Amino acid sequence: MAGNSDLDVAYVARLARINLTEDEAKTFQKQLDDVLKYVEKLRQVDITGIDVAADGLPVVFREDVPCGWFTAEQALSNAPRQTNGLFVVPKVVE
Amino acid sequence: MTGNDLPALSIADLQSLLRRREISPREVIDILRERIEAVDKDIGAYLSLDIEAASKEAEHANVDLPLGGIPIAIKDIINVMGQPCTCASKILNGYRAPYDATVIEKLRAAGAIPFGKTNLDEFAMGSSTENSALKSTRNPWDLSRVPGGSSGGSAAAVTADEAFGALGSDTGGSIRQPAALSGVVGLKPTYGRVSRFGLVAFASSLDQIGPVTKTVRDAALILNAIAGHDPQDSTSLNKPVPDYGARLENDLRGVRLGVPKEYMIDGIDPQVRAAIDAAVKQLNSLGAEIVEVSLPSTEYAVAVYYIIATAEASANLARFDGVRYGYRAENPKDVLDLYGRTREEGFGPEVKRRIILGTYVLSSGYYDAYYLRAQKVRELIRRDFASVFDKVDALISPTSPVAAFTLGERVADPLQMYLADIFTIAANLAGICGISIPCGFAQLNEHRLPIGLQLLGKPLDEARILQIAHAYEQSTEWHKARPPIASNPPKP
Repeated sequence: MAGNSDLDVAYVARLARINLTEDEAKTFQKQLDDVLKYVEKLRQVDITGIDVAADGLPVVFREDVPCGWFTAEQALSNAPRQTNGLFVVPKVVE
Repeated sequence: MTGNDLPALSIADLQSLLRRREISPREVIDILRERIEAVDKDIGAYLSLDIEAASKEAEHANVDLPLGGIPIAIKDIINVMGQPCTCASKILNGYRAPYDATVIEKLRAAGAIPFGKTNLDEFAMGSSTENSALKSTRNPWDLSRVPGGSSGGSAAAVTADEAFGALGSDTGGSIRQPAALSGVVGLKPTYGRVSRFGLVAFASSLDQIGPVTKTVRDAALILNAIAGHDPQDSTSLNKPVPDYGARLENDLRGVRLGVPKEYMIDGIDPQVRAAIDAAVKQLNSLGAEIVEVSLPSTEYAVAVYYIIATAEASANLARFDGVRYGYRAENPKDVLDLYGRTREEGFGPEVKRRIILGTYVLSSGYYDAYYLRAQKVRELIRRDFASVFDKVDALISPTSPVAAFTLGERVADPLQMYLADIFTIAANLAGICGISIPCGFAQLNEHRLPIGLQLLGKPLDEARILQIAHAYEQSTEWHKARPPIASNPPKP
């Protein structure tokens, strides 16, 4: 536990796939501890009986109809590295 | 009318000149380019400009279309085919949009010319445009101050006569707050009124695209063009689009306006409060009935917002991993190193902070305490508004508790920056519409700094808040005030 809240910035940053320097982790820890302290006020609110869908929004379905979209060439037009119509990444499986 | 006066025109006035063939769309582009060359080195509103593409479109513009031949600046978080879309982030370095956002398709269909991409806080996360990784944007009223944010480039461009109108996006106030701090009109439509397809997502349940303009009528003209259902955005509403310009009358008899008592807090700058009090009196003198109302859950809005917005951002920004587009870290030793360093080097501090906070509030063991609780309090905020809108047609408040702050003043303290959005955030949480219009000035040293009046309306009741805003605007001179850097500054 690195700060005044349960948040361990270095650990969560790894989950979020963001490398941090030690200095950055320290600064963020302090700043986010402040934010988490501020949001503690939500604990005072009486929320009994309030039922919301997880996102609070109605679910909208539409017909699953195929339509034109990017060609492979368009989809690859911004790729940092590509070859033979594929995105190139470092080896994933040994 | 000379070339020097032209950039100061409203869209409606420019439209008249174009339709009378007194000027050609091509000439408009040239004059705007000259204006930008003259002042944008001081303002820093634009991240990119493609004059050649705009000129080509101007050649075959049909000026009889609703926005025929009118150039519109676009916040650089909206995809315009063939143009960069940086989101003011290094992580989208080199990216070129392979498609048009729906709002861009709609603007083009209405005859408008997408013109230039404007600066913003990185991924729209911020309230001052200082979180841009690419450029600093200054307030045209005082170059030592921020233009507000996150749509600060759009607001500054319109204020400094570098654009006739612009598109911004508003997740917690990012259209209304910079409009207020820069002294122009900014409209956040109802959630679902305007398609988000092609808007790079920050917080999908809160984001909405809207216009930044010199007048309320211009905001109505742009909303006419961009509103409507889009099958490509499952949250867009399939409801008829009225003519938003049709009901812009000057009489407010029969209109009931609510002043939420929770919004009149001690933290409001005295000059802002005085301007709002005067605006309330003015609206009353135009025939509106003013009543005090209560939104009891107001004090929780900022806390709810910073849980929900960061949670959604942490999911939305997972796509920036160096694989399919944008920046990629060099010589990664494996795929995790590729992700970790690409995101370390590509994202700025505010974006990292929010992704980390969002990841945390969604993580196992904390989800119920933070995210689920915030969703429930959000529902209470929504109910607050539903209940007052049974009694009043719209709500009035300041847009921001303070006028423009100085560059650097709040960057070290994210929480202070978050509190800049205290009056605007609830509208996004409740999904309602809101507009900010100029209502006075704060005098600070030798500078006049604009103050914004916020009107909040019922879901899909944009026509009503535009009507009220127009009546107020036309009964005052605030919208005619020009900053010192304007193309036709007041004569000494």
